[in-house]
Amino acid sequence: MKRALPGFGLSLGVTLTYLGLLVVVPLSAIALKTSSLTWPQFWATISAPRAVAAFGLSLGASLVAAAIAAGFGTIVAWVLVRYRFWGRGVIDALVDLPFALPTAVAGIALTATWGPTGVLGRWLHAIGIEGAYSRVGIVIALVFLGVPFVVRTVQPVLAALDPRLEEAAATLGATRAQAFVRVVLPALRPAITTGFALAFARALGEYGSVVFISGNMPQRTEIAPLLVMTKLEQYDYAGATALALVMVVASFVLLIAINSLGRRTQRRDRTRRRAPAPDAVPPPAAQVIA
Amino acid sequence: MRRTLIGIAIGFFALFLVVPLVVVFATAFRDGVVPYLRAIATPDARAALKLTLVAASIAVPLNIAFGIAAAWAIARFKFPGRRMLVTLIDIPFAVSPVVVGMMFVLLFGAHGYLAGVIHTKIVFAVPGIVLATAFVTIPFVARELIPALEARGPDQELAALTLGATPWQTFWRVTLPGLRWPLAYGAILCTARAIGEFGAVSVVSGHVRGETTTVPLHVEILYNDFQYQAAFAVATLLVMIALATVIVQRVIERSR
Repeated sequence: MKRALPGFGLSLGVTLTYLGLLVVVPLSAIALKTSSLTWPQFWATISAPRAVAAFGLSLGASLVAAAIAAGFGTIVAWVLVRYRFWGRGVIDALVDLPFALPTAVAGIALTATWGPTGVLGRWLHAIGIEGAYSRVGIVIALVFLGVPFVVRTVQPVLAALDPRLEEAAATLGATRAQAFVRVVLPALRPAITTGFALAFARALGEYGSVVFISGNMPQRTEIAPLLVMTKLEQYDYAGATALALVMVVASFVLLIAINSLGRRTQRRDRTRRRAPAPDAVPPPAAQVIA
Repeated sequence: MRRTLIGIAIGFFALFLVVPLVVVFATAFRDGVVPYLRAIATPDARAALKLTLVAASIAVPLNIAFGIAAAWAIARFKFPGRRMLVTLIDIPFAVSPVVVGMMFVLLFGAHGYLAGVIHTKIVFAVPGIVLATAFVTIPFVARELIPALEARGPDQELAALTLGATPWQTFWRVTLPGLRWPLAYGAILCTARAIGEFGAVSVVSGHVRGETTTVPLHVEILYNDFQYQAAFAVATLLVMIALATVIVQRVIERSR
């Protein structure tokens, strides 16, 4: 078939070569290294108590943080879309700052602020909560990272949502809370879910902001990426690879789930005539970040 | 209700963002301006800044070129595996930075798979830092350009070609000028990430002071040395870069 536009071969060739060299070859090194392990060795590595504790902590802290981020993020998106107030532009700009701020800086800044002697942490310390060198600290860092994902997925959907729907609900006798729960929330649910999933995926692999605030005690506050780092520093490459493989598989499954989540809600809104808002579509996964 | 929600939003950013950033500056300047300047002017800090700029100035143009090629192929043509290619571009967002660094150690480390083929030192040296930086910043430009190019449609390019422009003339005079804002936006985010990358670079760097430490790694070394004032002083440079990034983002959003 003759294509109308030129440059298909060149552009696809450059794309595939670049991705092949920089992404596919390095990723296959993980698979290759894992194949040097026997199945019992692999299983022993990933089921060791320290590894199980690290996976559990990464999973649990990421879930809790993504859930808190979903709550805060939805409120922030709501406030930015629905209210006009002094300082709104500043808040809107601040949302993007965690994306731009190097994670190491976020890590030391949050540790200094929420640690036992920090300006905010000393109040928590006084009531017996440790804001740093604890699991609470890990969640603080991950919430910080997660909120922008939720805001930036929910915000455009909320902006496209017709306020007349809520007015209609109000005229039909719904209270404001009822209108929110029955009309607004169902329309926002796909976007909130996508934002939650993005925040969760990012939290699972996060390293820079967490290592400073977590305290890194094995089996207590040691996240999975840090355990990989420790094994690498001990030149236990096979062990590090086994743990990394589990993380990579988990994040691929999440990535595919997030991408199909975006597509499915798009399709449903297009086909369903009585969809609450035709434009209520969360943007595709990583577009929020980029 | 309105007041409560605005209060929650402002409170959240105050506690998680504004106060921590104020703490960074307060600690950096706690002994005055002279120690601050001394901390950011040490030879190690300057070497770290130079290495960060070298890594970014290689990784960002590479990913701009890649982003343009990928966007042209994906947004202008239909081919089998197109959707998989888009997912492949997203992979660097999904892989943990530590795992990214580990991949390059497995390939180029002392006993790596390619150690026998390539005799230059890559891991625990500057090339590894450049590779890791390039990997983590792959999606930024492509992810901006693909939807932008799709939204514009091929009509203008077809018109230029019909009027006798060569493919390269069409690219330089029609395609590229139309993509300047999304390109600038993607390049800014790509640069910010290239400068700030920590986990992946940390694995491949080897932490040789003054040689293989980037600015974020230099902050880490100072912090772990309990030199808090110096660590936060160097960190203020990164905070200012991040603030500038967000401001430029706003400016670009307004003008497009």
